Amino acid sequence: MKKQNKIWQVITASSLGTLIEWYDFYIFGSLATVIAGQFFPKTNPTAALLSTLATFAAGFIVRPFGALVFGRLGDLVGRKYTFLLTLVLMGGSTFAIGLVPSYESIGFAAPIIVLTLRLLQGLALGGEYGGAATYVAEHAPAGRRGYYTSWIQTTATLGLFVSLSVILFTRHSLDIDPAVSIAKFNAWGWRIPFLFSIVLVGVSIYIRLKMQESPLFSKLKSEGAISVNPLKESFGHKENLKMVLLALFGATMGQGVVWYTGQFYAQSFIENVCKIDFDQSRTILIWAILFGTPLFVVFGSWSDKIGRKWIMLVGMFLAVITYNPLFKGLLELSDTATKTELVAAATSKINSVSIPNSGDFVRTAMSTKSYTDGTVVTTTTTDTLYADPAQTTIKPVVKISKVLANGIYWKMVLIVFIMIVYVTMVYGPIAAFLVELFPTKIRYTSMSLPYHIGNGVFGGLTPFIATLLTTMYTADALAGLQYPSIVAAVSVIIGTLYLDSKINTKHD
Amino acid sequence: MNQIKKIAGIIWLLLGPACIYFIVRAAAHEIAAKPGIDTVIQWGVFVVIFIPIAVGMSIFGYYAIKGEYNH
Repeated sequence: MKKQNKIWQVITASSLGTLIEWYDFYIFGSLATVIAGQFFPKTNPTAALLSTLATFAAGFIVRPFGALVFGRLGDLVGRKYTFLLTLVLMGGSTFAIGLVPSYESIGFAAPIIVLTLRLLQGLALGGEYGGAATYVAEHAPAGRRGYYTSWIQTTATLGLFVSLSVILFTRHSLDIDPAVSIAKFNAWGWRIPFLFSIVLVGVSIYIRLKMQESPLFSKLKSEGAISVNPLKESFGHKENLKMVLLALFGATMGQGVVWYTGQFYAQSFIENVCKIDFDQSRTILIWAILFGTPLFVVFGSWSDKIGRKWIMLVGMFLAVITYNPLFKGLLELSDTATKTELVAAATSKINSVSIPNSGDFVRTAMSTKSYTDGTVVTTTTTDTLYADPAQTTIKPVVKISKVLANGIYWKMVLIVFIMIVYVTMVYGPIAAFLVELFPTKIRYTSMSLPYHIGNGVFGGLTPFIATLLTTMYTADALAGLQYPSIVAAVSVIIGTLYLDSKINTKHD
Repeated sequence: MNQIKKIAGIIWLLLGPACIYFIVRAAAHEIAAKPGIDTVIQWGVFVVIFIPIAVGMSIFGYYAIKGEYNH
């Protein structure tokens, strides 16, 4: 009974900290547009450059680098203190972002400080996951690693869930008038989710400080058998390097793209391609995550019985063959060309605001169309009316926002839920799979790198590459799906051929 | 099965340089089409990140050909 309580303490301490780290990492991404307005004004090319660096460098370069730095530290000094350090680093950086004065107040120092803090966030995230997964796995009883580590696996998705929920809640709770509340959120309220992080981190540090070092690592240390050079042993020796490469190409690469497509790209597609309203595009994902999250534990536990390989590969395979119809379904549900308009309910209004000292006006035309199925589409066109008749607005800004009726909304939730099921299949068992692939003395280093290349690089690039493909092949709104489908298909082939379907019991 | 693994290794070995060629060509094309610091950074990051991964794919293929993954 005491042992059973201990493992739950270990899981709680590890999962809570990892969830907070994901929360911290996602709020920056979710608030990228608001943050850009505060710190990276587009009118200034250098600030815009720093913004691009913040987006790309933190996610793709720094995460694998963090995996190497903290993985090495974890194999040298221990898991407990290393992932405590990553938590402090992440929490401190996130809290500090909430305090940085805007570009307007302190000029270039603002984007430089924010970029530095974002890089520290990426570094910390690179070190956190491997430590938490290793720590839990090394406490778990034999034959139950899949089940116990699957709790860690829920944290990435729950971190996204918490970040979206906190942002939506804050955005709508700053004033009784929704429009005023959103304006306040964009001006200063966006800082609240960042500052709130310090409370979560404080609690998590307190819990983690009370934990003991992993028993397997303690045993190695007492025997004087810890690795002297984990980086060299992980990547310089053929026997281990070949497993690192197999883990990357046969598992984490496919897992990464399925994970990001089912959550981030799906949300971006619903908002930007289907043109669904800001709040609805986020709550659709929130509901799908809420219904799907228990399945991480189901598939993790199941993998203890039937092995990790086929659950992960079937998840990837299903994603490859169904992404097109699923995303096409999202498009069709939001397509107003197939709906019947209630012509009598259509409204339109034009509002002009003068630009001081110029004689020019900003004109905003807003039209609303309602459809028999309950969908409401608002089109806002903004242009400038110049006092000089020779001048005309080159390209008016057109914004379309669709609010879906209940039935269609829940159909979209169902489609995203199916994609989340694939996420749980590929992600639920993967921590146990990675932990079992490598020996204790170099486990933290060896498993962190393929995980962060697979998840951070292949997965993290999914929204960018998918969007890029859509801009290259403008006639096909589903062109972006080629990237995750091809990457996942290659991973399915490599995994099917080379991964062992039996659970690896070679290492402790 | 071991024979299939070895033969497939040739594909992985060749996939590495093919990926490098594809990404460098795409980067050059995109930078030429939209010259700007944002495009250079984005594609620069893609190239810098994906080249070592593509080399890793070739090493994986080499190991597969050598029978390192045989059961």
